[in-house]
This record gives sequence, C-alpha cells and structure tokens, in this order.
Amino acid sequence: MAEREKLIEIKDLQISFGHGRKKFVAVDHVNFDIYKGETFSLVGESGSGKTTIGRAITRINPTSGGDIFFKGQKINGKISKELDREVIKKCQMIFQDPMASLNERAKVDYIVSEGLINHHLYKDEKEREDKVQKALREVGLLPEFASRFPHEFSGGQRQRIGIARALIMEPEFVVADEPISALDVSIRAQVLNLLNHLKKERGLTYLFIAHDLSVVRFISDRIAVISKGRIVELAEAEELFLHPLHPYTKALLSAVPIPDPEVEKKKKLLVYDPSVHDYSTDKPVWEELAPGHFVYGNQKELNAYRKELQ
Amino acid sequence: MAKEPILSAKDVQIQFSLRGRKLMAIRKCSLDLYEGETLAIVGESGSGKSVFTKSFVGMLDANGSIVGGSIMYDGKDIAKYKTEKEWMTIRGKKIAMVMQDPMTSLNPLKKIGKQIQESIELHQGLKGEAAKKEALNMLAKVGIPDPERRYNQYPHEFSGGMRQRVVIAIAVACRPQILICDEPTTALDVTIQAQILKLIHELQEELKMTVIYITHDLGVVANVADRVAVMYAGQIVEYGSVNEIFYDAWHPYTWALLSALPQLGIKGEELPTIEGTPPNLFHEIQGDAFAPRNKQALKIDFVEEPPFFAITETHKAKTWYLDPRAPKIEQPKSIRRLREQMRERR
Repeated sequence: MAEREKLIEIKDLQISFGHGRKKFVAVDHVNFDIYKGETFSLVGESGSGKTTIGRAITRINPTSGGDIFFKGQKINGKISKELDREVIKKCQMIFQDPMASLNERAKVDYIVSEGLINHHLYKDEKEREDKVQKALREVGLLPEFASRFPHEFSGGQRQRIGIARALIMEPEFVVADEPISALDVSIRAQVLNLLNHLKKERGLTYLFIAHDLSVVRFISDRIAVISKGRIVELAEAEELFLHPLHPYTKALLSAVPIPDPEVEKKKKLLVYDPSVHDYSTDKPVWEELAPGHFVYGNQKELNAYRKELQ
Repeated sequence: MAKEPILSAKDVQIQFSLRGRKLMAIRKCSLDLYEGETLAIVGESGSGKSVFTKSFVGMLDANGSIVGGSIMYDGKDIAKYKTEKEWMTIRGKKIAMVMQDPMTSLNPLKKIGKQIQESIELHQGLKGEAAKKEALNMLAKVGIPDPERRYNQYPHEFSGGMRQRVVIAIAVACRPQILICDEPTTALDVTIQAQILKLIHELQEELKMTVIYITHDLGVVANVADRVAVMYAGQIVEYGSVNEIFYDAWHPYTWALLSALPQLGIKGEELPTIEGTPPNLFHEIQGDAFAPRNKQALKIDFVEEPPFFAITETHKAKTWYLDPRAPKIEQPKSIRRLREQMRERR
C-alpha cells in the first residue's frame, strides 16, 4: 500500500471514567490510524467502548492516556484554544438517535447554524441563511424546512438534519455514531447513500461506529472490531469477512442475520467465550499477520491464526 | 395437504379515531395461521403490522376498534369480543405476546420472579410455593443462570438480553398455543439478538407453539420464518414460504424492501431506495397503495386495487404485474442475484 496521508492517528489511547477506587477503564491500549478519504468502521457490542473512542476524537470525552493526532497535531488533553476551535470545526459528529439529538425547542434554522453562530463563521445574516439553505439542499431537504421544528419531521428527515448540522461546518472528518440503527429499513438505504455521496463529493473521512456488521461491510474500507475496550482485530472490509481470525470477530460474524433463508438456516451460531484466552504467562500482542490485517493475541494464538490464513 | 388453520383472520378492518378523524389502519387484511409454523410479518413502521396482530389479543388502543371482518380462533369469532373478561380467556393463556422493548414491558418496582409468578397464578391456577417453583423452572428454561438468586432481583439488575429472556419467560409461562413476538430483538445487540432468536426457536420446538414474528429486519426473517407475509399500508401485499419470498418475490414493494438491504448492496454502487412516504391512511386509497412510490407502476395501479394472484399454491401477490394482460416486467437485479446464488449452491 502506498503511503497514504494519515488524518487521524491514535496511539495507546486510554479512556477511563471515575477516580480512585471507582475508576473504570473503558478503553485501553487502542491503536489505529485513519487514512484520508476512507471510511473506517468500529464494530463491537454495546459497552465495548466504540462510542467512547468516537467521542474522545471529537473532544467530548477527555482521555486519560495515550495520544490522538489530527493531521499530525496532538488534539487530546490540554491544547491551545485556537487548536481546540479548529478541531471542533473540522471533526464533526452525527449521532445515533435523531429523536434525541435535536433540540426540540429550536427551529431547524438554528439547529443547523448553531456551529456557525458559536464560531462566528459568517459575515452577515444573509450569508448564514444561504449556508443553511445550501446545507439543507445538500442532504436532500427543502430549504423551506428551516423554519420548522424537529417534531414535524420523520426519523429519516431528522437524521438528515443531523447530517446537515455536521456538514455546515465544512468538516474533514466525521464521526458517525450508529447513524442508521434507529431508522426504518427503507430509510436506512437513503441515509447510507447520502453518506457515501457526501464522502465522494467532499472528500470526507468517516469513522463509522456500528454494532451491525452487515451494514458495515457495505460502507467501509477498513473495519476494526472492538471488545471490552480493546481492539481485537483490524483489516480491510472484505479481508475481515473472508478471513476472520479472532474468535470474537467470528462470533460477531456468525450473529449477523443474512437475508438468504438457505444460508441462514444452515448457519451455526458461535458464542464468544473470553476464557479461551490464557494470557497468564504468554502475554498478548498486537500483530500484523497479513498486510493490513492486525490481530490481538499471544504467540500461541498468533501461530494458530497464521496457519488459518494459509 | 389441506391443513386447518388454527387462527384465521378474514377481511379485518381496524379503525382509529383521532381528534374526530377516522384513520383506517388495517384495510381488509386476511391471514391464516397454521399449527406449529413460524410466520413472519414484515413491513416498514406504520404499515400496521403491530396493530393487526394486537387485534388477535384484544390489545388495541382505546381509540381503535375492529370495524369489519372476522378473526376465527378455536371455533369462535374473537373479533366480536368486547369485554376484558372475554379477552382474558385468550390473552396470555392461548395467545401471548412479547413486546419490542424489554425496558418498558417489565414493571421496574417488582421482583423478576414475582412478575413471572403473577402470570402463572393468574392463568394456571397454581398458588404459593407451587407457583414459585414453576417460576424458577421458567427462569431456568429461558437460560438465565442462577435462577434462585435472579428470582429476587429487579429488572434494572438485568441486562437488555436477560430482560428480554424474562419477558419471554412470562409470555410462555402459561404454555400458549400462539406466541406473537413484536420486534423482539430490535432493541438488542446482534450477538444477543442471535441468542434470543435461538431461544425462541428452542422453546417453540419444546412447547409446540406457533410463532408470529413482527419485524422489519429481513435478515431475521430469513433466519426464523417458515412463511412470510409482507404488509404495506394496512394490507398484506404478498405472502408465501420464506424461499418463495426471498428468491421469487413478485410484489414491487417486496422487491424494494429486499433491494434496499445493505447486505445485498454492491460496494461503490448506490443502494436502491424507496422514495416517498407511505400513504396517508386518513384518506381513502385508490388503486394499489404502493403505486405512487413505484417507478414502474402501471396505469391501472392508480385506478383499481389489484386482487391476489396465485404464483404457486402457497405464494400469492397482490399486484397487477401478475395479470396475464400486464406488460412483462422483470424482477430487479438483486432478487435475481439471490436466486442465482441459491442455484449455484445446489
């Protein structure tokens, strides 16, 4: 693979909540890079820490260890005010539940332009209105919708408003936190198309957070599987589906419902049992087994994985 | 093989009155349910799939009522039932329901064990120790480890998947003949979802239940169903065996639902989407309800409602495409691809 520009670099990231005896480490020893222009997916079950990582990148959650770099600049921990503003502008987030993430008492006009107002990114009222209208049109909504309230919209439309709000800041990097899991089947396809379209049009880079591997395969370039705050496997999307190595990835894949009755009825469900790992003497490492295919495991397991790959 | 249906709904019409306006949520819907089978009802939100099945247990909201048709069960027309007393002979006892969200369907102030016991005492006539024993037995049956300790815990001490297991335990505690699962796994993680589906299947085998699944996830349908009914705007538009629906669907709405699945999409290509919104059910619908959203709609679709055309004995679709006079219309790519994949495997 040619040297691609790394937009986000995450090194030994640790995020913990609480202090002292109540301290809980949600994310530990997480390492990955996101290249410019790709869709990078984080997949894992609820409570695995995937959202926490996304929130750490957008500076919503503070980190307790490790570094996050955005275009080579460290953006976690204490940083200058200018850089903080820059990061907030360039890294935007799309939230999971469009019913809960829009201010019920504000009009769409305000919701979409709130970022502009906070950062004084417009010269006069007219420019602000123009920007709002452009953003709305871009996500497939009518400019007239600006004067309405969120409750007047359906779930799919609300999610589009959420996307417009992120886009208006002209971000380079978007964290999409389960943007379609709260939507209806027929709407999901529309939102996925929209995200793909915007990616091409604007050269966006996505961190796509999901628990459903089936959706992720369609949209992502690379996938990282996370379990209990640790990334256990990372590979290109097709590679991961063809040669899953870590038992947790296999369990996740076996649980994905496939819309094909014959395949589905023959399928065997694998259940992940974390106690299969014996890390007492043989310490696990994060190792690249094939180009771009990383797995977390100890030497014994890695040898078994290598055999599987051949 | 002419099996007698255990439940037979005919031309059911359900109306809601909202602020003086009348909304026809279910428009002449017919459905036969056979013993021991698993039927899945699919459709987008608002298609009436929940309302339709809720009418089998008399759980419609207060402003809704069955205004036409019949639901024959056990030799009686339960569509005529009015009082709670009548419904109590069926609801929970013969036909039980598992709701979508285990957060809201359990009482947060009551111990898990007591909640299961409650339904056992009410329907099976067991009391005290005997009922408790049965409740513990149910907890073990739905795969909850350490039932003795769990019995005395409250819902907030359970995870989402465990809570859904409890809801299932309550539903099957009275050995119902029919179990209706209304989106039982939408609120859950994929790994947990797979476990819950497996549990329902095992219980079905063990207790000889007939199961109706309501879902919008076609992946789940492929996993569990024997037969599938597709619902749109208060009507069933196509039904057939699961293979017939997935490999040889004929209604344009079924096509649209299947093609929009990201699992079947090809990377780098646009996913086919369903434009527009479902029709407003406050107004009377003329012709095929899906026609305004169907790019290949025929002229007649806007004028006259299509009847059911039989494709095979078990597979019927409500679309003019199947009329011998209709122009030839090809099934979309993704449907053909699914069928080819199936042939290749054989």
